[in-house]
Amino acid sequence: MMNSKRTLTGAAGHNGSYKWLILALVRALIVILCVMTAVFFLIRIVPGDPAKMILGEYSTPEALKNMHHTLGLDLSLWEQFIRFVKMLFTQGDTGNSIIVGTSSRELIVERAPVTLLLIGIASILAIVTALLLATVAATHKDKLLDHLIRIIPAITLGMPVFWVGILFILLFSVRLGWFPVGGISEGGLGTLHSLVLPAVTIAFSQIPTLVRSLRAQMLEVLESEFVVTLRAAGIPSRVILFKHVLRNSALPTLMLLGVNISYLIGGTLVVEQVFGIKGIGSLLFTSISNRDFPVIQGIALYCALAVVIISLLIEIISGWLDPRTKENQ
Amino acid sequence: MNTTTHLDPSLPESGKTLSTLRQIGKTPSLLIGIIMFAILILLALFIPYLSPYQPSEQNLSAFLQPPSSAHWLGTDQLGRDLFTRLLYAARTDLTIMILAEIIPFCTGVMLGMISGYYGKWTDRIISLITDTFIAFPFYLIVIIVAFASGAGERGIYITFILVGWIVFARVVRGLSASFRKQEWIASAQTLGLPGIRIILRHLLPNVLPQAVVVLMTDMIGLLVAIVTLGYLGIGIAPPTPDWGTMISDGQPFITTAWWLSAVPGFAVVYTGIALSLLGDGLADIWRKK
Repeated sequence: MMNSKRTLTGAAGHNGSYKWLILALVRALIVILCVMTAVFFLIRIVPGDPAKMILGEYSTPEALKNMHHTLGLDLSLWEQFIRFVKMLFTQGDTGNSIIVGTSSRELIVERAPVTLLLIGIASILAIVTALLLATVAATHKDKLLDHLIRIIPAITLGMPVFWVGILFILLFSVRLGWFPVGGISEGGLGTLHSLVLPAVTIAFSQIPTLVRSLRAQMLEVLESEFVVTLRAAGIPSRVILFKHVLRNSALPTLMLLGVNISYLIGGTLVVEQVFGIKGIGSLLFTSISNRDFPVIQGIALYCALAVVIISLLIEIISGWLDPRTKENQ
Repeated sequence: MNTTTHLDPSLPESGKTLSTLRQIGKTPSLLIGIIMFAILILLALFIPYLSPYQPSEQNLSAFLQPPSSAHWLGTDQLGRDLFTRLLYAARTDLTIMILAEIIPFCTGVMLGMISGYYGKWTDRIISLITDTFIAFPFYLIVIIVAFASGAGERGIYITFILVGWIVFARVVRGLSASFRKQEWIASAQTLGLPGIRIILRHLLPNVLPQAVVVLMTDMIGLLVAIVTLGYLGIGIAPPTPDWGTMISDGQPFITTAWWLSAVPGFAVVYTGIALSLLGDGLADIWRKK
């Protein structure tokens, strides 16, 4: 139970102690350090010799030796780790791409804008739709509309996001011709136009979980004492809904998005592949087929950092808005 | 999160089965879920006797055929019968789905109980590990680990042993922490029972229902992940039929034979609905107790 007695947000007033903030920061920092270590060992869980995987089965011993040197595998594990951490802190990088030769960080930064834009559009779409559906369901509790909306998660939970993308392409691009079949069109408007369908696909996969939790949150507010009191005071239910219930649902929505951000990023990487968008996802798959370990590590690191930092920000914002959430930390 | 269920640990065993059966009958979602799942399992089990075709049997004179009485769901680009392949793929995917959940479920529930029961440093260390894993987007880590441990079934098992336990650990940890403060745990402690005994004999039966409900939802996610890996070409290797590779094989023919990609997806959705209903039904039954 996250909050059994939620009333008006911010009502508890100013909290003088910043201990929770420091604790949250320290914890995020420790998690970031663990993430770095995990990314370092990522390449080492590969069975066999990574250099051999890159060069192929019939590589010369000399080429192997060179590759070991490039990857730093000729050093001891501890030295490798120190080198890895040093590079991360001085350059924010995980090494040069084995295939292209340029820094992994630059490759990632080059591809990031499209992916970020896609995630941004998808989040907005998902939040707006989920809030709408959850409001309808919560205000029509146990009626037909509510039942219909509650069935949605059961059906969509088992829908692979790439499959939904294929069906959307079939319907909206091939049959109706509203959107390009894949890739990104020229120009600002063209880019946005090409991103609509992939964004809808990603949002579609996020909405069910959001609706399910939001509906529960809203019902809790709707059935709470203060709403009952407002009702008893004769305040019209529309006013109660928009002024109080929706406002009280803003924070849980934000926190939910924090929990979902990791799924959002993961889903985006897969959806990019379906729509042929050249973002982080396609970079990941090219790097995987090229066995380009430094770039794979870089993508893993940056995605994880994004998740940790966004979660931290959301934690701070919700702690600020509603001091009671801090008790749960 | 659902309301936590608290079963009386001293419930007598006798007469339990009968009342359970009666409850299943009274919970429509559970009943429908069981029936849907059973139909799928039976079809997958008996497909060698139901279909005159082999899953990899090619017939190049009858490729990309629309559904007909000879081929109920049509044929693919190599003239293979789609219906037959669909159910052979069900065998592959459902087997992996169930087997791949066993170890993560056990480790997750165990770690969650230890974390919630002992609290303090044990809890902090386990939570730190889960926080680290959670920082990596699920599909990112699944894709990388599956690739690193080698495409194919083995890769899928390794991937889920590594990342699958987290969901269970998180849910069970919360439950265990709330149970720890309750009287019956405290009285077991005053009796001087060792921690591991309290965890296994008293805590486990009480966290298990909720964990099983989570397991149902998690299996859907796992199935979708297996299929996604197949689609991306780092899951089950091509000669073995799998819903994911079937969808990607059909994608080039989306304009002419859309059902090639659509139908395997519907199979995943069907399984998902069955498991959802099973989970909801079980949750309902346990909530009523």
